[in-house]
Amino acid sequence: MSILVNKDTKVIVQGFTGKEGTFHAEQCLAYGTNIVGGVTPNKGGQVHLDKPVFNTVAEAVKATGATVSMIFVPPAFVGDAVMEAAEAGIELAVIITEGAPVKDMQAAKAYATKHGMKTIGPNCPGIITAEECKIGIMPGSIFKKGNVGLISKSGTLTYEGANQVCNEGYGITTAVGIGGDPIIGLSYKQILPMFEADPDTECIVMIGEIGGDLEIQAAKLIKEQITKPVVAFIAGQTAPKGKTMGHAGAIVSGSAGTAKEKMDALEAAGVKVVVSPAEIGKAVKEVLSK
Amino acid sequence: MNVHEYQAKQIFAEYGVPTPKGIMAETVDAAVEAAKELGGPIWVVKAQIHAGGRGLGGGVKLAKSLDEVRELADEILGMTLVTHQTGPEGKLVQKLYIEDGADIKDEFYLSVILDRKLEMPLIMASTEGGMNIEDVAEKTPEKIITVPVDPTIGFQGFHGRELAFGLGITDKAEQKNIISFAQKLYKVYMDKDAEMIEINPLVRTGSGEFLALDGKMGFDNSALYRQPEIAAMRDLSEEDPDEVEAAKYGLSYVALDGEIGCMVNGAGLAMGTMDTINHMGGTPANFLDVGGSANAETVSKGFEIILKNPNVKAIFVNIFGGIVRCDRIANGIIEATKITDVNVPVVVRLDGTNAPEAAEILKNANIANLIVGDDLGDGAAKAVAAAKGE
Repeated sequence: MSILVNKDTKVIVQGFTGKEGTFHAEQCLAYGTNIVGGVTPNKGGQVHLDKPVFNTVAEAVKATGATVSMIFVPPAFVGDAVMEAAEAGIELAVIITEGAPVKDMQAAKAYATKHGMKTIGPNCPGIITAEECKIGIMPGSIFKKGNVGLISKSGTLTYEGANQVCNEGYGITTAVGIGGDPIIGLSYKQILPMFEADPDTECIVMIGEIGGDLEIQAAKLIKEQITKPVVAFIAGQTAPKGKTMGHAGAIVSGSAGTAKEKMDALEAAGVKVVVSPAEIGKAVKEVLSK
Repeated sequence: MNVHEYQAKQIFAEYGVPTPKGIMAETVDAAVEAAKELGGPIWVVKAQIHAGGRGLGGGVKLAKSLDEVRELADEILGMTLVTHQTGPEGKLVQKLYIEDGADIKDEFYLSVILDRKLEMPLIMASTEGGMNIEDVAEKTPEKIITVPVDPTIGFQGFHGRELAFGLGITDKAEQKNIISFAQKLYKVYMDKDAEMIEINPLVRTGSGEFLALDGKMGFDNSALYRQPEIAAMRDLSEEDPDEVEAAKYGLSYVALDGEIGCMVNGAGLAMGTMDTINHMGGTPANFLDVGGSANAETVSKGFEIILKNPNVKAIFVNIFGGIVRCDRIANGIIEATKITDVNVPVVVRLDGTNAPEAAEILKNANIANLIVGDDLGDGAAKAVAAAKGE
């Protein structure tokens, strides 16, 4: 079992024939992802990576029955691409592109919600169900199959966390990189209950960072609904106020969105909070061997 | 990206958001000329820097004659203004804004920001104008009115009424004025891809007009490509030169006041590395995200920028290679140490794809002050020890 995607999930790629789209679609195919085609306007009818190319998402969905789209289009076209996917009946859009205007994402997410389409990202590594399906840009080799679910705003911390979990002899069910932009799709609040419901997931690793209050919302939800052990790390304890730390959303505004505030809330919710990402693996071992 | 008050007011003027008349001046003579053109009889001489709290810091003063304008311009121009937002080092005042004095009856607060929870713009207003809004929010939250505006319907009459009644504005003409003001401000926010607009204070004049006495605007950097007029307003002298230099190479850099230089791929891991160093008793000298495609050139540039900081006693390179292979990064580091003279110990931790090959390459390179870290914890511990000269 896993959450959101598995080996049978039919995936299309928007921005399929571009440089990034091509490189990562190839990697995903090699991992075993069931990519059934792609979309690039004016290249419909061509074959790329042995898969059919369509002019529109609607055509691609009709011909292939795809339910998930991996989006690699340039930032200026992300909003448009997400709305097109929603309109065409895609159930989950995984938006990898970095640098999409906030206003566009705001409109696109509202539209996706209206059509019942889930989104992950933008500006994220994507989602991976270990040894089954990779929709994104993460290095597949570090995700061994196992019993730990992982949610993270940060790409490289996802890899760091997964690697430590696997080095301790455990593995990953599904790992989701939700991205660190001001407006993102699925977040802790939606994904934690999915892991709670997944019989194979026995422990959840949650990696957050400064800025916004998604981690605070998560703490509230964990207290009320999550019975499985959660290990958390919040990046940016040493970040100065008022400075954007790489991710557009990673900023402490005044006294809001600090790492301490989030760590305290999570601890109060019974989460095992570690002060350094170097301790994620050990903490997972500790809660799982209890 | 942020702009100066005078630039924000130019944008306001384009949209008919009322502001006092004003002219930007870069010399004392130009300031006096500007005052003459405005006519008086009262002027406000305002320092133009990208930071709030200018008034309290002595950067905003009232002049009642042209001689006084000259005196004040001479005093403020070239001063280093220290406010609660500039840090103790302050900011050099290179531009002034000479503005007509306004007939102030009372002061309000008005802003438009993105509400990340609601995922839509939020208009925030208060009768407590001229105060630090965070203090108001903390001490008297009931004095802050929030009106979210769903962009799919845009600014409607009811948004305006909630705002006007919320602020206790009962005069019908004044209600019309504040509603029109807010509606135009919302349009500015949406049209210009603003991240935030803050007017503090917004003043009500004796005749019941509302004027933006101050104006602060920040913009979504990701949208600047389609806002060329805004992008052209960027004032690089207001930004940290090292951050600007780093950005040219796709590096995201923020200077801190510690001793261990950090070079990391990915923003989250970069923050996590700083946190780990701190946890182990060291102090990070910077945040530096080399991005997803670290190569010899970016690594070399990273070393150069880190080493400009004289406080740096050791460097911790922490890379988790994903798609980028570690052996390539190892070669990049070796190349980089040839291009840039690295005169402090460098702890390198490479993990992920092809990490064993990378370790071999680094070992064989025989670089004198290079120390290999086995994992994040080990690398951070070695960097902390190296910075202490152990």
